[in-house]
Amino acid sequence: MNDFITYLVSGVAIGCAFALIGSGFVVVHRVTRVVNFTQGTLAVFGGLIASTLLKGALPHGIAEIVAVLSAGVIGLIFGFIATGKRGTPPLISLLITLGLSTLSAAFFILFWGQNPISPPGIGGATDVLGARIETQRLLVVVVTVIAFVVLSLFFDRSYVGKGLTAAASNPRAARLVGINVRWMGFLSFGIAGVLGGLAGVLIAPTNAVSFASDLPLALGGFAAAVFGGLVSVWRTLLGGIVLGVVGQLVAGYLSGSYQTEVALLMMLAIMIVRYKSLSAEEAK
Amino acid sequence: MLTLNDVVIRYGSAVAVDGVSLSVERGEMVALVGPNGAGKSSLVNAISGVVPVASGSIRLDARSAQVPEGRQMFADMSVEDNLRLGAWKSKDRDPAPIYEMLPDLQRLRRQKAGTLSGGQQQMVAVGRALMAKPELLLIDELSLGLAPLVVAGLADHLQKLNREHGTTILLIEQEIALAFRLCERAYVLEAGRIVASGESAELALDPALRDAYLGGEVGGTPRREDAS
Repeated sequence: MNDFITYLVSGVAIGCAFALIGSGFVVVHRVTRVVNFTQGTLAVFGGLIASTLLKGALPHGIAEIVAVLSAGVIGLIFGFIATGKRGTPPLISLLITLGLSTLSAAFFILFWGQNPISPPGIGGATDVLGARIETQRLLVVVVTVIAFVVLSLFFDRSYVGKGLTAAASNPRAARLVGINVRWMGFLSFGIAGVLGGLAGVLIAPTNAVSFASDLPLALGGFAAAVFGGLVSVWRTLLGGIVLGVVGQLVAGYLSGSYQTEVALLMMLAIMIVRYKSLSAEEAK
Repeated sequence: MLTLNDVVIRYGSAVAVDGVSLSVERGEMVALVGPNGAGKSSLVNAISGVVPVASGSIRLDARSAQVPEGRQMFADMSVEDNLRLGAWKSKDRDPAPIYEMLPDLQRLRRQKAGTLSGGQQQMVAVGRALMAKPELLLIDELSLGLAPLVVAGLADHLQKLNREHGTTILLIEQEIALAFRLCERAYVLEAGRIVASGESAELALDPALRDAYLGGEVGGTPRREDAS
């Protein structure tokens, strides 16, 4: 029973990271129609930058915030490179993000080496229904829920958030009222960078990150985003948690090497089941 | 207020607008009429600055806003959000003056724009454009797909806007009888060129135009007015 709770909580925690990464996919896709495959890379940036800043003796909290904001700026730059040229088709932008992600992996090896790095988290453990759970994992869940609330308030209540939604819903009308749709696209990449960076910063203390972490993180995030139809952030959160929990249970009771396969299978199943509704949404 | 000089608009190798010159003075209500594909929308989008001009010049010394063809709602957003987004470039985002002018919108303000009827959406589109406090209002197809009674209501609002608020209006319209009735002056665009221009009343009498576009419809218009 204790094992089960441990798997469950750590599954929810990693699922939250997938959900943050996945919501980055959603935000960028809604505004630009681009599937941004630097999303996992941005998480790795977050984790690695945080580790360096903490080693440089920046206090907890500040180091993490600076790392998240840096990932946001990197996301913005990636967005500028991938979609900056007017009229770039989304498929070409997707390929550019794949290229940027590969290039970043080389950059990671150059600056941080090949070994997985795990910056210190908040440490300690907490009792949850009799199971000892690392407090960091609980922090991941709490921060993720706050991030999702802030994200949906931003889109539903703030004027800029509404501008982003407008640019996504009708780019032509958005342009006519004076919204710079391209800049809204860059902004969405910046937000995706913050979300990805946050995922990396939160998850790295318990799941060390390296140059090779971007793909599994991006796959998990993408599967979560597909669960949300690439449009809904709340369904992405649900998808991420389901994926994280199933992955941890499989790893705990079967074998850890099956985790990525679980993500891929889940993505495949959802795509087949949801194919009709997805293509209907695309047609809108 | 608005002067177009020998404007050419191309999409790749296709010429949509081929050397159009026209002008609109402050306070006027001018129609730009012509058949489908004549280049009317291209021209108005060039004036709005969303379609590039290949050659020639557009001089606009006023704030403008466009009511786009097909109304182009932000469908999943409320009427009020649609209106407020119309003021993207200004600081004043209070929709109250629009509600005063178009009271129906106040009643609908919480509804999602995508769920409204065509006529209601057209009113939202007009309201959204007015949120930018335009001195020149560009309307791309007022009547398209709307019932005559709905169009008559919208036309009344536009005339009021023009007379009472002094808003200059350039109306693009396929239904030529309606355009001539609303606007004192008109340009006729055909295959990217202006083929006729002048007072609407005189243009309506031009036998060539009557045969080509109006199909005797002009004679019917006053009767419709009598009935209403």
